[in-house]
Amino acid sequence: MTGRVVLITGGNRGIGLATARRFAADGYRVAVTSRRGDPLDDTITVVKCDVTDTDSVDSAVSEIEEALGPVEILVSNAGITDDGLVLRMKDDSFTRVLDTNLTGGFRVARRVVRSMMRGRWGRIVFVSSVVGLGGQAGQANYAASKAGLIGLSRSLAKEFAGRNITVNVVAPGPIRTDMLAELTDDQRQAMLAVVPLGRLGEADEIAAAIHFLASDEAGYVTGSVLPVDGGLSMG
Amino acid sequence: MSDDNFARFTKCAVEVLSVEASAIVPEATFESLDADSLDLVELVMALEEEFDVTVEEEELDGVSTVKAAFELITSKL
Ligand SMILES: NC(=O)c1ccc[n+]([C@@H]2O[C@H](COP(=O)([O-])OP(=O)(O)OC[C@H]3O[C@@H](n4cnc5c(N)ncnc54)[C@H](OP(=O)(O)O)[C@@H]3O)[C@@H](O)[C@H]2O)c1
Repeated sequence: MTGRVVLITGGNRGIGLATARRFAADGYRVAVTSRRGDPLDDTITVVKCDVTDTDSVDSAVSEIEEALGPVEILVSNAGITDDGLVLRMKDDSFTRVLDTNLTGGFRVARRVVRSMMRGRWGRIVFVSSVVGLGGQAGQANYAASKAGLIGLSRSLAKEFAGRNITVNVVAPGPIRTDMLAELTDDQRQAMLAVVPLGRLGEADEIAAAIHFLASDEAGYVTGSVLPVDGGLSMG
Repeated sequence: MSDDNFARFTKCAVEVLSVEASAIVPEATFESLDADSLDLVELVMALEEEFDVTVEEEELDGVSTVKAAFELITSKL
């Protein structure tokens, strides 16, 4: 039997890439999107996609369906930050982050859920953030988008429960990726000081949680928010 | 009711609702076909594609039988 088809948005680096590799190693048929669409290796199909563009999402998913078959597992992972204090935050910064992180997740989920309904089986995992649970000064746009994913996820969980589609959220704490490389040393130290486990997380550790939620074994888990954050949120 | 259009309608309904073609008769209600609101939306999306028409959300109000759905779609052709 060939493995299930999994799509990971923003899967060319960081958490998305670690997740893609985890699924590929386990025999899943894996597709990832990136904005440039540069090839990775022959275990992972890469398609070009900008999640802020509905047509781009549509054609990327069509391309995957043609190459691998209908998407059975969606990992909605693409995300950006654009930090700044609210008093100086422009509308554009707020809406751009929302459009990518939250509306982007909605667009991709809406596109893939139809075939999941038809197959009477599906898994959707949204990658949120610990910041969506606790808020963060300087990240109002990002926190709003990540909190929004929880409401989106739980609504989808209820809407599609009758079709055997589960929808869950993973909320990572600080993970060693490009996203964190943007922090100053001081910011990083301050962050570590509040993580009970006293270290940054690895992308693989998020991949493991996503992999579990996407498995057959997790069939009774839906609408949940799973923090993987070294104890930061104690959620 | 054009036979050809009804055949196309039936094909969509059979696919989406996983029922026998013989169950798709004008007087059948979606309830009797075990179709919930999500099934109905899915069916309408399939019909939109098949007949190249668009159906607004509000137009679905009160559409509870095969006949009503078929007439809604074919009125747009
Ligand atoms: N790192 C952390 O500490 C941390 C903590 C909590 C949550 N998260 C979340 O985890 C997810 C992955 O983060 P990461 O750390 O792996 O980030 P990353 O290394 O910066 O990767 C971000 C990914 O998102 C993609 N992306 C960004 N904008 C996009 C758009 N408009 N359309 C399509 N793809 C887009 C990027 O694709 P391109 O290569 O094409 O730009 C890239 O693949 C994000 O949702 C992030 O918010 C990260």
